[in-house]
Amino acid sequence: MKKNFLPLAFVALVAGLPLVMKDNYYLHLMILFMMWVVIGSAWNLIAGYTGQVSFGDAAFFGCGAYTAGLLAHHFGVSTWWGLALGGFTAVAVGLPFGWICFRMRGAYFALATLALNEVLRHGATIAEKFTGGMVGILIMPSFMSKIPYYYIALAMAVASLASLQLVVRSKPGYYFVSIREDQDAAESLGINTHLYKMLSLAYAAFWTGIAGALYMNYMGFIDPNVVFNLHDISIMAILVGIVGGVGTVYGPAVGAFVMVTVQEMFRSGFFGLFKWLGAVSGSAGLVKVAEVLTQAHVLGFGILVVLVILVLPNGIVGDWPKIRKHVFRLGTGA
Amino acid sequence: MDVFLQTLVAGILKGGLYALIGIGMTLIMGVMGIINLAHGQLMMLAMYVTFVLNTMGVDPYIALFVAMPLLFLLGVTIQKFLLNPLIKADTILPENQVLMTVGIGMVLTEIVRFIFSSDYKYITTSYSNQTFYLGNISFSSALTIAFGIAIAFTVAMFFFLLKTDLGRSIRATAQDKDAATLMGVNTGRITVITFGLGAGLVAAAGCLLAPVYYIFPDLGGPFTAKAFIITILGGLGSTVGAIFGGVTLGLAESMGATYFGMEYEDIIGLTIFVLVLLFLPGGFKRLTKI
Repeated sequence: MKKNFLPLAFVALVAGLPLVMKDNYYLHLMILFMMWVVIGSAWNLIAGYTGQVSFGDAAFFGCGAYTAGLLAHHFGVSTWWGLALGGFTAVAVGLPFGWICFRMRGAYFALATLALNEVLRHGATIAEKFTGGMVGILIMPSFMSKIPYYYIALAMAVASLASLQLVVRSKPGYYFVSIREDQDAAESLGINTHLYKMLSLAYAAFWTGIAGALYMNYMGFIDPNVVFNLHDISIMAILVGIVGGVGTVYGPAVGAFVMVTVQEMFRSGFFGLFKWLGAVSGSAGLVKVAEVLTQAHVLGFGILVVLVILVLPNGIVGDWPKIRKHVFRLGTGA
Repeated sequence: MDVFLQTLVAGILKGGLYALIGIGMTLIMGVMGIINLAHGQLMMLAMYVTFVLNTMGVDPYIALFVAMPLLFLLGVTIQKFLLNPLIKADTILPENQVLMTVGIGMVLTEIVRFIFSSDYKYITTSYSNQTFYLGNISFSSALTIAFGIAIAFTVAMFFFLLKTDLGRSIRATAQDKDAATLMGVNTGRITVITFGLGAGLVAAAGCLLAPVYYIFPDLGGPFTAKAFIITILGGLGSTVGAIFGGVTLGLAESMGATYFGMEYEDIIGLTIFVLVLLFLPGGFKRLTKI
């Protein structure tokens, strides 16, 4: 009971947040954060637990988003059907892909997922009659307020974390870890590694697809370069997993929070801090710094990737003892 | 028939450059067992070096002798200070090095974008648009020269790998790292040199491509993908395979562009990639046994 207390208290806190915080901007960031919890934990199962690093999460994300968008576009049904079906479309794409590509291991599999994403992106661009090509799909959002989206995203984040918790404590969950640790040993112990890798992929594809469908509903606009984007989706998913902690249940939640904050920090020039400082002090230099920072947000992102991998290879949750030790030592030393 | 021959020639000329890109990638992959996802970005960097030198009036083919050593040094630095420390780090995922190359690629692209903006740049030389004819088939002068130089580099690389001491050490490390260490090969140093060589080779490809291509920061991604497809086609870590893979991809792309339409050019490479994975998982290496 005590063990479950912290996450539950946190969920209650997040659920109560819109009552206090009326600012749409922060609600928007929270919705993004929860969407990334879903994607990050899905990535974490396939990569962190099963050891099959995927560089192509955007493929499943885009499948989900396009399912929602195309259903609305061609059949005129509500885009919310996408939320129910998007995950299954992603699985339908993921399973044949996994069947072919799981014969490759490690980095080669990772690159195959990259190729899958590229194929889908080009496909969606070329099939203009069906997908609208580069013009993309535009729908009217169902709600004007952000509150309904907020609670839907929250429900998804909680459901994905709960299901991840359930899966990693189950028999398949242990099989997944055994595949990560030593695939040949797992195979020789009678585990059908191909099957279990596919199961793991199906789970990841399913949740990523649902997150994609949510994105379509929430943002109201998609095009191939938005949803099949390597940097903004696939790499971001990896970063969320790695920053938070690979192979931990709550790692991606922490990682999603950090990454969404950092991304927004660069995009908005440290939340307008430098701009404000420049306006207050009247210094043109600081305004310039603000402009440069906002332009360089992808650069900051890249540097962050390099630094995180060098300093915290196991993520914040995974390297928590290390962080605590260092902070503690610094604290007593001073 | 002329259309077919013309497509064939264009494909082979392009394939020569692709081979050069692929060899660098396959060397790195063979020795370190990782895929360098910053490969195209390194090439992009070399193209910008060529561009800057060209604005000072230096011919791209002479710029090659500046860009190659520069990129070699950059490659050495990357391997020594960013990739090698990761081997010792105790982590769950062995793919950290690959992720690191992704990060490096992003940083390179963005730094270049920062300095040169996203605008397309061109290098115009007297031979950029020059062509000569053999029968009814036209040859682009720049691409033909590039093809010749690419072949020369490939052959030189071959002799280096087969005959020199350093080349043998590289091959030994690629075959079995532990055994090579036991035989007295300083494998740490070999990985550093190999990454430098790979970067240098792709820099050469960049300089050769610069006169006939436009230059922009996002060029790296597609070429990384191409390099990867070439190495998978040729068989992982196989130099001969990379040459075959490069020419195959060049041929497939130009055939696709001629007979299906330009927009399918990128998809064709990826389709071949999936087909090879399905029917020939070891790549051409399986067929040639080299």
